[in-house]
Amino acid sequence: MADKIKIALAQIAPKLGDVQSNLELHLETINKARSQGADLVVFPELSLTGYLLKDMVPEAALRTNSPEIEKILKASEKIAVIFGLAEEDPSYVYYNSACFADGGKIVHMHRKVFLPTYGMFDEGRFFGQGTSLSAFNTRFGRFGLLICEEAWHSFCPYLLMLDGAILVANIANGTARGLEEKNRMGSSAVWEKMNRFYSDLHGFYWIFANRVGFEDGVGFWGGSEIIDPSGKPELKLPYFEEDLKTAEISLGKVRRARLKTPLLRDEKLDFAINELLRIRSGNHSAPPPKTAKKKTAPKRRRVKK
Amino acid sequence: MKVDLTIDPAFVAGFLVDFLKREAGKFGFSKGVIGLSGGLDSSVSAYLAARAYGPENVLGILMPYKTSSPGSITDAEEVVQQTGIKNCQLEITPMVDAYLEKTPEADRVRRGNVMARCRMILLFDQSQKEKALVIGTSNKSEALLGYSTWFGDMASSINPLGDLYKTQERQLASYLGVPEKILKKIPSADLWAGQTVEGELGFTYEQADQILYLLVDERWRAEEIIEAGFPAETVKRIEKIVAASQYKRALPVIAKLSRRTVGIDFQLSRDWGR
Repeated sequence: MADKIKIALAQIAPKLGDVQSNLELHLETINKARSQGADLVVFPELSLTGYLLKDMVPEAALRTNSPEIEKILKASEKIAVIFGLAEEDPSYVYYNSACFADGGKIVHMHRKVFLPTYGMFDEGRFFGQGTSLSAFNTRFGRFGLLICEEAWHSFCPYLLMLDGAILVANIANGTARGLEEKNRMGSSAVWEKMNRFYSDLHGFYWIFANRVGFEDGVGFWGGSEIIDPSGKPELKLPYFEEDLKTAEISLGKVRRARLKTPLLRDEKLDFAINELLRIRSGNHSAPPPKTAKKKTAPKRRRVKK
Repeated sequence: MKVDLTIDPAFVAGFLVDFLKREAGKFGFSKGVIGLSGGLDSSVSAYLAARAYGPENVLGILMPYKTSSPGSITDAEEVVQQTGIKNCQLEITPMVDAYLEKTPEADRVRRGNVMARCRMILLFDQSQKEKALVIGTSNKSEALLGYSTWFGDMASSINPLGDLYKTQERQLASYLGVPEKILKKIPSADLWAGQTVEGELGFTYEQADQILYLLVDERWRAEEIIEAGFPAETVKRIEKIVAASQYKRALPVIAKLSRRTVGIDFQLSRDWGR
């Protein structure tokens, strides 16, 4: 496992529902990333289809053995590729999926577990829910994949850290909204805060690939970035513009971050599981400290007498 | 309490120019037509469209009626001059009067609506001639208060202003270089002499925008807004007006008969395939 990895962020604006044209864009971009010397190129969420698919999810969805996916797998013989797709499973359930392809094969497929269905989002209406989240081994080291909204559930990055990930890619379709900031969208500000916070707190590299362009008036803000394990950006792409940029990262930074602050070593799995089980059982009251209970109980009895 | 509706106008302008370019470009359009009234809304749209498509690709159309204030025309002409967009003047008096002469009993609201809808007819016809899109000029304050004519001035193909409150739009206008005279103008639909928006609604845009922002964007309850110090009567009126004008922000209601109905469960994006 090499210490240095060259990662390219492919900040694209896919055409909504035009899978063939998006596939061409992927193949071109993969080639360009290769010519920049990248070992891995990361595309945004639903990069093969665009976001606001609605009723057309089944038209845009692909099976893992489709000719389109085969073409990307073929391209992944020389460079690892993370991309997003609407995935049809053999029983005709459709998922918002992220695929890690390398060496001509699918290394890992993650189906989005948290589908935002509130406000401007309606994913739960059109996609089936994924049911698992796990880190996986790659030639770069143990990796985690998240899709957009999943980063808002802090349990997801936490789980990936526990599962051994030293690199996490969040592929996103981050929408532009909120006018309270200067020089950036309110939504960008929150994401950028999260990206820095999660990498710093969990001591892993955080790769954030967001798209640009508009769909039905909704803008996607781009601003893709790679954040090092101390929360510092190593690569930043512009807001709102298509771009492809590569940075070389060093896994030595993960080692040093975790030596400095050994949070993972000190995690208490059983403690977390027990507390989760308690909460699931509906018992939200923490047991009172035993010593306090013993002291107060006899006192009361005495008063009654 | 004062709600801070400050925006970064340079950033917002850049975003809206990108929006105009990309959303029109998807459908093969790179030109726009705008009805110029000499007011703030159409001026801001014209400045944005000139930036997005280049002034030579934007046509500003002045459509005065015989009672329109002469000041409106000179102000619109100044916008044309400042932005360098193309322009033409199409008086609506003959077409409006041809109809209104037959219905002399029509009150000023009906007359105003007829004017707004005649302008819509001209704009869409000119847009076809020019192979251009009709650029919208309705802002969020107007849309939420329903202060506009359905299928009249509300009609457009692409609207850069629809999610900006009037207060925010003013900041954008100032940044874009809209003439001071237009910026300071008292908002008016200019459908009859002396008409002002604030006179008709009974509150100022500054007041309304703060209340609307809390109600709509921040989802405060009316009681909470009143508790924060806003006048109870205005808050309650605005809440009512927003609810009562909901139909203006929706497509015509369709009776559902089939298993897949346009507007109900036939859910496609406008931008599908683009």
